[in-house]
Amino acid sequence: MLLAPALGVSAVLFTLGVAGVLLRRNAIVIFMCVELMLNAVNLTFVALAQQLGVGGQIFVFFVMAVAAAEAAVGLAILLAIYRHRQTLNLQNINLLKG
Amino acid sequence: MTPTLIVFWAFAVLAIGSALLCITRRNPVASALWLVVTLFALAALFVLLDAQFIAVLQVLVYAGAIMVLFLFVIMLLNVGRATRSDMKGPLGLGVGVLLAGLMMVQLLALRFGAPPPQLTLAPNAMARAAAEQGMVAAVARPLFTTYLVPFEITSILLLAGLVGAVVLAKRRL
Amino acid sequence: MPALPLSMVWVVPALPLFGFVLNGTLALTRPGAKRAVSIVGVGTLMLAFAAAALAVIEFGAQHAAAPLVFHYWDWLPSAALQVPFALQLDQLSAVMILIVTGVGALIHVFSVGYMHDDPGYARYFAYLNLFVFFMLTLVLGASFPVMFVGWEGVGLCSYLLIGFWFNEKINTDAGKKAFIVNRIGDFGFLVAMFLIFWRVGSLDFATVFAKAPAVFPPAGALITAITLFLFLGCTGKSAQIPLYTWLPDAMQGPTPVSALIHAATMVTAGVYLVARCGVLFALSPIGSATVAGVGALTALFAATIALKQWDIKRVLAYSTVSQLGYMFVGVGTGAYAAGIFHLATHAFFKALLFLGSGSVIHAMHRAYHATHSHEDAQDMRNMGGLARSMPWTAPLMWIATLAIAGIPPFAGFFSKDEILGAAFAEAAVRPAWYAFWAMGIAAALLTAFYMTRLMLYTFHGPNRTGEREREHLHEAPWIMTGPLVALGVLTVIGGALNVPPLLGGGAYLEHWLEPVTAAAGQLSPLVEAPPATEWALVVGAVLVAGLGIAGAFRILRPESLLHARLAPPESGLGRILWKKWYADELYDAVIVRPVMWVSREILWKVVDVRIVDGLLVNGTAVFTRALGWIGSQLQTGEVGAYVVLFVTGVLAVLFSALR
Repeated sequence: MLLAPALGVSAVLFTLGVAGVLLRRNAIVIFMCVELMLNAVNLTFVALAQQLGVGGQIFVFFVMAVAAAEAAVGLAILLAIYRHRQTLNLQNINLLKG
Repeated sequence: MTPTLIVFWAFAVLAIGSALLCITRRNPVASALWLVVTLFALAALFVLLDAQFIAVLQVLVYAGAIMVLFLFVIMLLNVGRATRSDMKGPLGLGVGVLLAGLMMVQLLALRFGAPPPQLTLAPNAMARAAAEQGMVAAVARPLFTTYLVPFEITSILLLAGLVGAVVLAKRRL
Repeated sequence: MPALPLSMVWVVPALPLFGFVLNGTLALTRPGAKRAVSIVGVGTLMLAFAAAALAVIEFGAQHAAAPLVFHYWDWLPSAALQVPFALQLDQLSAVMILIVTGVGALIHVFSVGYMHDDPGYARYFAYLNLFVFFMLTLVLGASFPVMFVGWEGVGLCSYLLIGFWFNEKINTDAGKKAFIVNRIGDFGFLVAMFLIFWRVGSLDFATVFAKAPAVFPPAGALITAITLFLFLGCTGKSAQIPLYTWLPDAMQGPTPVSALIHAATMVTAGVYLVARCGVLFALSPIGSATVAGVGALTALFAATIALKQWDIKRVLAYSTVSQLGYMFVGVGTGAYAAGIFHLATHAFFKALLFLGSGSVIHAMHRAYHATHSHEDAQDMRNMGGLARSMPWTAPLMWIATLAIAGIPPFAGFFSKDEILGAAFAEAAVRPAWYAFWAMGIAAALLTAFYMTRLMLYTFHGPNRTGEREREHLHEAPWIMTGPLVALGVLTVIGGALNVPPLLGGGAYLEHWLEPVTAAAGQLSPLVEAPPATEWALVVGAVLVAGLGIAGAFRILRPESLLHARLAPPESGLGRILWKKWYADELYDAVIVRPVMWVSREILWKVVDVRIVDGLLVNGTAVFTRALGWIGSQLQTGEVGAYVVLFVTGVLAVLFSALR
């Protein structure tokens, strides 16, 4: 019966991902932390799928597909930004300032 | 403590520890590599949770494809050096830790809260399905029947991502 | 002739309204079509008079004891307030519609001649027809709100017609003055309506007057307040102290307008209102005493001013104010029949006087016009000896003068005498009426004097118009003298309406009005004086009038009068009277200037500029911009800050999900 410990681990991993996003400034590292959060959620899905059926695993499948697409597009954006600004430090990228 | 549980906790500690290292390393390459370790540990946890197919996918897609993509970009941009820390200042650090701590408390509270009644209905559904149909078939069959339409749409999504990435990353079309 | 149903009484006000629509259209599209305008304007009034006469004859044949109320449609149906558009025909409104349409028709005919060369001919008749419509609505309305519609409408028409020649600022100023002063009175009317509705729960005349004795304790504070507020409305509309100042200025309008609106009909609306609400005034001794007292004071006060005016129309205007004061003495005393009787006779002889003066002004104006002179055509110092060139106007105006002075057997004698008699009789119960009666007698003396002065200066003595102009002075055409003759006949025989039993008459009008005045009469019975006293009063009044006329002949010297341009300024008491007791200056200093000052210095510079523009308008903008600035401060552009906010939001959602 691994459901309870798996959910706990998932919570901890998710929190670590959030902490990474909150603490870092490097866009690539932040991106990696987002992936970490996605994986924490995947763990939850898989843990629940063990009890409730295959639906959770299917969902993980889709999450992975979306993550792959996201990674491709996101990294391309970072590439474009870096080409314009010569930096990936989010402190220096503040075009949204109101 | 059963052997399964021992193995589970071993990989769980590995996953959490390497995730911690991932978010604290100054060098993005180190961060990426520690993330790969986390993903491998998670794959092991998936196996323990009767999701062998997903575990394989995890290793192939995440650790194999996505993380390699990350490393490529890091090297392409030549930002892979250990520069001065990109950690936030003391204020940002304090706020971040505080918020993350609060989130941890809340998520664990969720975890220890009473589970919805459905969660106790069909124990070990996945193990039984795998025993009956085989590990891959148990996932593949619903994927190509019940979830056929979302599956097809995913392919369009991937195509869009592909085209988008090319458009964004290429200097001049 | 088959009798039409009386519910067709709506035709009476509808005809002038129809005329207004037609003439208004003509005024906008073909202002030159004077013949069509004349036919429509005069024709509708003639028909209205015929309809009114038919209705009154039919009504008289029915001998109705209660008012006939005709409910046409629901006008303001809102919860407790149910105001139908209903007209009411009773003995009082019957008298009023006859006066309004009859005198109105004569003055319309006169106007055809008087206004013939005016470019605004069609507009003039449109306004005049509209006025008659509103006046008929006023007197026929079966509830306070319907009456108020007419009340406001005649005020509007008065404003439009005073400022008829709007090219000159003095005319528009006079119009505005009339309008604004009347608004003060309307405020009183409105407050009185609110109070009545608050207590009675209805605004229909029938309901209010039926319930009033039960609802309002006699001489209570509330009924006193209601009557005083109603009377405030009357002082505005009927030009009594303190709101009389607009009426003399209203003479800036065309003279037939002065005759119809500012002498014969509209200004008597206040008297009509008091007579209509006789039940309410009978319940309030203070209210009725105020009415009589203000009326007596106004009668005397205005008469003194009339002594020293040189403008022929201003003399008549103050005379109107003074005569309206008499009517209020009558209705305030409770002698409603006497008040209405004086209203009727005054409508005859004052319309005659005004039209006569119009005829004089017409002649003067034409004479000056012929020689391109710019002298004042209304100043009596420029007249004199006009009787020689105006053989019809002069004697007719003498008839009216004798009538207003109170010389028997002309109409004014009977009505004025009746009011003074009733006041004197009332004094036996309420001594204050001795003062009112004395003021009335004094005013009668002055009236006889100043009217004789007007006649002497205008029609007798040497002519001061000018050598070249003299040969151009002619009598007016028949279309103007015709109405004068008709009014002259009415002035002579009008007294027959209500010859008191003392003089061997049947007091016909008094009996006719009895169903209307009975309710008030029961609450506050009219005091009867013994016949000997009455005889003494009659003889005394005639002696006073004769004294006034003789005094004028004895004192005044038309021969020594100088032309207006050469006349020396007045001095002493004469100057004070000529300046109208400085009432306009006083109002200007006490009310107009402070109001202007408050408007300019406080309402404009503080309230409007600072509060409305500054605080409310610009303040809203500044506040919005400040909010926007605060919001924009959240938009740091730093993704890190957004993440912090985002995570905070997620935490909040989680927290609420956990609870």
